[in-house]
Amino acid sequence: MSDVNIGPAVGAEVSSEGPGTPIEVLRVEGLEVAFSRYGKGWSRDRLKVISNLNLTVRSGEIVAVAGSSGSGKSLLAHAVLGILPRNAHTSGRINFMGKALTPARLKKLRGTRIAFVPQSVEYLDPLMRVGRQISPDRQAVLAAFERYRLDPSVAELYPHQLSGGMARRVLVASAVVGDPQLIVADEPTPGMSKELADKAMKHFRDLADAGVAVLLITHDIDLALGYADRVAVFYAGTTVETAPADDFDARERLRHPWSQALWQAIPANGFQPTPGHQPYAGRLPQGCLYAPRCPRKGHDCGHHAPPTVTIRGGEVSCCYAS
Amino acid sequence: MGSKLKVIKQSGAYLVRGVTLLIAISILSFVLMSLSPIDPMRAYVQANPGASAENIAKMEEFWGLNDPMPTRFVKWGSALLRGDFGTSKLYRRPVLEIIGTRFAATLALMLTAWTMSGVLGFSIGCAMGLTQGSFIDRVLKRLCLIMCSIPTFWIGLVFLMLFSVWLGWFPFGMAVPAGVAAGDVTIWQRLHHLVLPAATLSFLSFANVALHTREKLTEVMSSEYVLFARARGKSRFQILRQHGFRNILMPAVTMQFSSFSELFGGSVLAENIFGYPGLGAAASAAGLQSDIPLLLGITLFSALFVFAGNAIANGLYVVIDPRVREGVA
Repeated sequence: MSDVNIGPAVGAEVSSEGPGTPIEVLRVEGLEVAFSRYGKGWSRDRLKVISNLNLTVRSGEIVAVAGSSGSGKSLLAHAVLGILPRNAHTSGRINFMGKALTPARLKKLRGTRIAFVPQSVEYLDPLMRVGRQISPDRQAVLAAFERYRLDPSVAELYPHQLSGGMARRVLVASAVVGDPQLIVADEPTPGMSKELADKAMKHFRDLADAGVAVLLITHDIDLALGYADRVAVFYAGTTVETAPADDFDARERLRHPWSQALWQAIPANGFQPTPGHQPYAGRLPQGCLYAPRCPRKGHDCGHHAPPTVTIRGGEVSCCYAS
Repeated sequence: MGSKLKVIKQSGAYLVRGVTLLIAISILSFVLMSLSPIDPMRAYVQANPGASAENIAKMEEFWGLNDPMPTRFVKWGSALLRGDFGTSKLYRRPVLEIIGTRFAATLALMLTAWTMSGVLGFSIGCAMGLTQGSFIDRVLKRLCLIMCSIPTFWIGLVFLMLFSVWLGWFPFGMAVPAGVAAGDVTIWQRLHHLVLPAATLSFLSFANVALHTREKLTEVMSSEYVLFARARGKSRFQILRQHGFRNILMPAVTMQFSSFSELFGGSVLAENIFGYPGLGAAASAAGLQSDIPLLLGITLFSALFVFAGNAIANGLYVVIDPRVREGVA
């Protein structure tokens, strides 16, 4: 992997504080994630769960990756953070601040410049007090707690003693302890009331407005649209379209047939499901992954994967995009 | 706030449970002993040939063997409450005194085996859990599964053949060398005699402890909080230290305490194989020769011992896990 500078000369020294000119913080190109597993006897096979995934996140913006549950979008977050299980194999390119995110570099940045916000309090060790668990640096923990109006005494609590609202703030606070440039949030709102989920999203919006790049992984496209700048639509382990959030105002402004189908499935837009289901990992079709369900497919869609093209300021992987 | 009161309440409940357990055990074992096909009189006559029929009848009267079972139980039970466990027919000494001296020997044996299996099992389990799925893990796991399936008496005989008969490293049974006055026996001689029986006894459970620890550590290492710890930049070693030990040490320790019953059962076998004069050997001798007072005494004592182990195990959970402490989980 060579260190390639993307876009205008961007160095790690460029401050991410304050809005300023957006810089590209994260760039994922042609990412593939496959798991090796034991088959019968001692044989092994590989199960591809993410393929040909492209994504960029700039400073000061929230990019939401939206897809249905169990479609492997959490694995994208884990791949960026380098916390995939040992039997996972990745290929493709992940750049952070213009430089390849090698395992050695990731080791230094994880927990400081790159932070992870997990789903729930289940991601905290039940036997360890919250404050000490987040960071051994007590001053930093208390400063982060103050930012989210958490009492210093919360640091002495065990995870099960946190209320829902406290847990949400503790998890976000854990991310800002290290002064991050990139925050990866994996489904930060499941099971929350609308009110609580809005508060959680507001935290991410504030962080983005302060110049942090936020990669938000969610199945709740409706909620994400209210806060994200751009939305990447995830299907069967790949991003089929990355569009400005505003484009979801009207079906015609979307480019990919699956994004349009998703749009129709939103309650306010008719609540219409699309027949068929996403292909399972290990049984992916040849060529375009959406072809088997696509109303617009041509005869060549089943033969080669579609290239990613830019149309009206959004990226789409479809030969018949409009 | 009310936690102190809760502790007192729980301890009280435990005490009641312990007492009722002992009462139930004493009734059950007394009835079983009375129904046992081994006639204590005949066992006595066999051991002391030459007794006349008249003497036998006198002895039966003296031991109260002609009384109905409930009367005998009440006699025995009321003596028990006064602290009189009776006299062993086999050793002709008070039961309590025998239990006292025998238990000291057994305790040394069990404690050694218990520590050995705990430390060895825990370390092997950690090694397997950390390298889960690797070659080392798979070899160790298979070995442990084999160990689990080996009966104690068999491994005892193998040890005896290998280490004392062929290699001559360790003495052939007993707790002290033969022909040495009790006062002259050194601690090293005692330890030397202890090694093989203790190793045999620890073989009973160390593979179990290892497999259990492996399972627990695997569970912890694939947990969500370890994933998050990795995302926060913690190294493998830091994770083992901060989250691994914290979450697996207690289950391992509590399991150790609740394994007292297996330990006691195993000691009967190990002591018989090695001729080690402990409580286990006394129990089987008392059973075979129908030494009712001694057997009942040992039964009650071992029940108390196992109960204490389980009580400690439960108590530790309360002390360590904040969720159990507050009655959440």
